[in-house]
Order: sequence, then C-alpha cells, then structure tokens
Amino acid sequence: MKYFDRVLIANRGEIARRIIRTCKRLGIQTVSVYSEADAELPFVKEADEAVPIGQSQAKMSYLDIEKILDAAKQTNAQAIHPGYGFLSENPAFAKRCEEEGIVFIGPRSSMIQAMGSKIEARRLMQAAGVPVVPGYDGKIDTVEEALRIAESLGYPLMLKASAGGGGIGMQLVSSAEELQKVYSSTIQRANSYFGDGTVFLEKFIENPRHIEVQVVCDHHGNAIHLFERECSVQRRNQKVIEESPSPFLTGEDRRKLCETAVQGIKNIGYTNVGTMEFIFGNDHSFYFLEMNTRLQVEHPVTEAVTGLDLVELQLKIAAGEQLAIKQEDVKQNGHAVESRLYAEDPLTYFPSPGKINRLTFPGQDVRLDFAVVEGNTVSPFYDPMIGKIITHGSTREEALQKMERSLTELDVDGITTNLPLLIQVLQNRDFQQGNYTTQLLNKMGNGGIGIVKG
Amino acid sequence: MAAEQKIISPIPGVFYRRPSPEEEVYVKEGQSVNAGDTVGLIEVMKNFYEVKAEHNGILQKFLVENEQVINAGEELAVLLSEESI
Repeated sequence: MKYFDRVLIANRGEIARRIIRTCKRLGIQTVSVYSEADAELPFVKEADEAVPIGQSQAKMSYLDIEKILDAAKQTNAQAIHPGYGFLSENPAFAKRCEEEGIVFIGPRSSMIQAMGSKIEARRLMQAAGVPVVPGYDGKIDTVEEALRIAESLGYPLMLKASAGGGGIGMQLVSSAEELQKVYSSTIQRANSYFGDGTVFLEKFIENPRHIEVQVVCDHHGNAIHLFERECSVQRRNQKVIEESPSPFLTGEDRRKLCETAVQGIKNIGYTNVGTMEFIFGNDHSFYFLEMNTRLQVEHPVTEAVTGLDLVELQLKIAAGEQLAIKQEDVKQNGHAVESRLYAEDPLTYFPSPGKINRLTFPGQDVRLDFAVVEGNTVSPFYDPMIGKIITHGSTREEALQKMERSLTELDVDGITTNLPLLIQVLQNRDFQQGNYTTQLLNKMGNGGIGIVKG
Repeated sequence: MAAEQKIISPIPGVFYRRPSPEEEVYVKEGQSVNAGDTVGLIEVMKNFYEVKAEHNGILQKFLVENEQVINAGEELAVLLSEESI
C-alpha cells in the first residue's frame, strides 16, 4: 500500500539516497532538492524529480525553509522527509510544513521545540521518571549564583548551553576558578551559536559510555523500542563506529534501559521515530542525556539486527497508520556494526575535500550507504561523512570480522579519508573485547589536534 | 618601499571576515596587522580554519567578499609588508 504519492527529501548525500531506496520499494515517487555544488551527485539523479534550490552554502539552499517549501508545492509533494542534520530538528521548519498542509515526516513542531531545549528535555524526562544526570536546571543569573550551585553539586561539572547539542556548547569545569573564568564566555558563545544564552550545570561523568535507545511511536498511543546502539567510539564528540547490541550491557541493564526509554516517550506523547541518548557510568548507572527527534545516522545497525526498515516506519506513522508490530515482535538478531567514512585526515581530523579518482567497494555481505560514486567531487560545504559501511553477523565476532574485511577491501583514491583509523579501531584489543568508553580514540592517540573556531 | 604580499587560501570553502555574524570584522582595510594575527576564517566541512597574516604590515585590501565561496590557492587579501621598507 502507498502512504504518499510523492515525498520531497529536504537533505542530500547518503541519507537522501537511502530514503529514495525505501520510497522506490514502496512505490512512492521522490523529489530531491539540491544545491549548485551537488548537481552531479547520485541522489539528484536517483530521485524521480530534482529541483535546484540555490547556492552551495547550506544557508542559501538546504537551510532555506521557504525555498524547500516552494519546491514541495511546485512538485505536489505531500510530505517532506528531513533526513538528519540541516532542518531535521528545526521547529520553525516543522511548523511551516504544518501551516502549509505538508506532512513533516517526524514529530510535531512543539515536540521538536521542547526536546531542542536541553533544560526542558531534562525536566520533562525527570518528571516521567527517567534518571537525568545530577545537576541544576533552574535559572542561573550571575556567576556568583553559578559558583554557589557548583559548590553544592561538587566538581567536576559540565557547564552546558540549553540550546546546544551534538557536543557543541559545553564546557568542562574542574574548579571554582575555572568556572569563574569560562562562565561568561560560554554564555556568549551560546548566544552567538544558538541565539540563546541559557546555561545549566551537570555533574561530569568520567570515562562514560554513550548508549542510545531507538524508539518508535505512532499517533494512536503505541510506543515501542528497537533496542540500543553503542556509540562510544567518538572523535571530538562525533561518532565514528556504532554497534548493536552494546557489548557493555547485561540483559538486566538492557531491559531496564529500554523500558525506561519507552516510559519516557510515552509520558511526553512523542510521535514518529526518535532516539534517547544516555550515558552509562562504569558502575552501570545510566542517565538521560538528550533526545534526537529524527532519524539517526547510525540507524542501519538497528535495521540490521531487527530486520525493520526505519524509513518505512517513519512514512507509515507520518501517514497516520497504526504500528503493525508489537514490542514482543521486535528481536535483536545477531550483531551489527557501522563504520563512518569521513573525508578527513585520520590524525588531525582536518577535512579533505576533493575529487574521488577511484572508489572500489567491498564485495559481499556488507551494506553500503554512500553519498558518492567514483568520479564525484566531495565539496567543502557540508559534513565530511561520505559513506557508511554496515555489517551483520550471528555473533559480534563475526560482524567485526566482516567489517574488517570490508574496510580492507574498500579503496578510496584522490582524497584523504579516515579509513586507516577505522581499521586501527577494528584491530584494537580493547575494542575487540568490547571493553571501551568514549575515551577509546584518545587512548589510541587519536584525540585529534584538529582546528577550532577562533 | 613596502613589499606587496598576497594572502592565499590553502583550502577551499567559504570565507568570513568576522568571527561570528554579530561581531566586528577581524581587520579593516587599511589597518595594520602583526604576523600571526587572524584576518579571516574559512569554513570547510563544518570546521573553521583561521587565516593568519604571515608578516607585519598594512592589510591594504580584501580580494574576496565576506561569505564568498573560495577555491584552494585563491588570493584573499593584499598585505603591504613592512619587512622591506
């Protein structure tokens, strides 16, 4: 059955291609929108229709709400899939879709707004009985007040921007002196990045694991989880390798974590797919961190272990259908792992745009979600991730073996990529034993000297 | 006589003259700069690269606009270096 006749994809690259694939299978026509820099990429050619929406800089194309809505009206698209990044968690965009009578494939705008505020998300989850990181989420007006609160919580602490996310807008403080020093600059930066200088304080959990739960909810009160993803292999708070199940969780941990996540989203009345991110301490205590109100980059590992198509679920839910699966129907079969291929130097994380002269893909038993084909140019304007490699096995060992083989067979020439780093992680003993935290890459000497905004 | 130096971008991306939209430009045309001073930013794949003056001198003029798309090797600005005065 068809849920929509035509869907516009307000995104680019690998995720646009991945959404097109599911739409094609379901007999839904697709519309791609693209910037000048992207005209030659596969996602433009693979859609049934493609509409140019402006210059290469994202704010003149992929972030231009009205241009995207015009493209949807012009092509009679009934729904817009926002993918991840860009406008996917922009409540103003979801609101404009609602006003124009175009279905936004995601939760309603008020939910995106609520979860976009870290403070509000914290309060809502706490009220729903979900543990949050010990901290203070009241109003902080002065540095004296911040110091007093910090004293009662105890250092080390994280000073966080309420509007921040994805590792941006947070500052570790280990003492009163440090807090005094960074307090006003953190607020200033939050103001300039997010237009909102509200900050709060949280206990700093040392050496944590980052584990998230995939949730799915329809508009009829049905809410289920699709188990967890382990996302602790990170560089500068950006994920590099993800897997499901997490090698750290016991069966009891998993049950508690997933039930808590479902309790949280049921309570707030969430709809469509979403991800609740948690941090796990060494003592197996866990705390809610934030909620992502969209499809996640690493959703393929969940698809591999559950056999479900998350984009199909999103389309059905957005069209108002009831969830056809029940919690007890969802099983974690075997083990899946995903590696993200970035166009960047593996040591410095310095970006490496340029032309891909040669691209040889691994042979078999692997899922490849790639933005590019051989001969394409990786432009300097967007995220450096150019593709994802996903493998599945009946055991973790088998999935990792398939991944290592796939990465060894993969060959990219013309640009620098993080492929050597991915292989290094696969060969790392701690990683192989599942004994790792978010500090893994730092421990391996890959903290990244990188470049930062001045 | 002052020597004319070109400040060249090592990478492609988008050029910015300000640290953030609300802030003042790093340097005005005609203003003097020291070696190591930041004169602009280049955004490349969500990262920011600081463009620095390599000599003391006067930043005579910019050859690209704020927020303009630039290529690797493109001339960004003209610096009148004091070194050979």
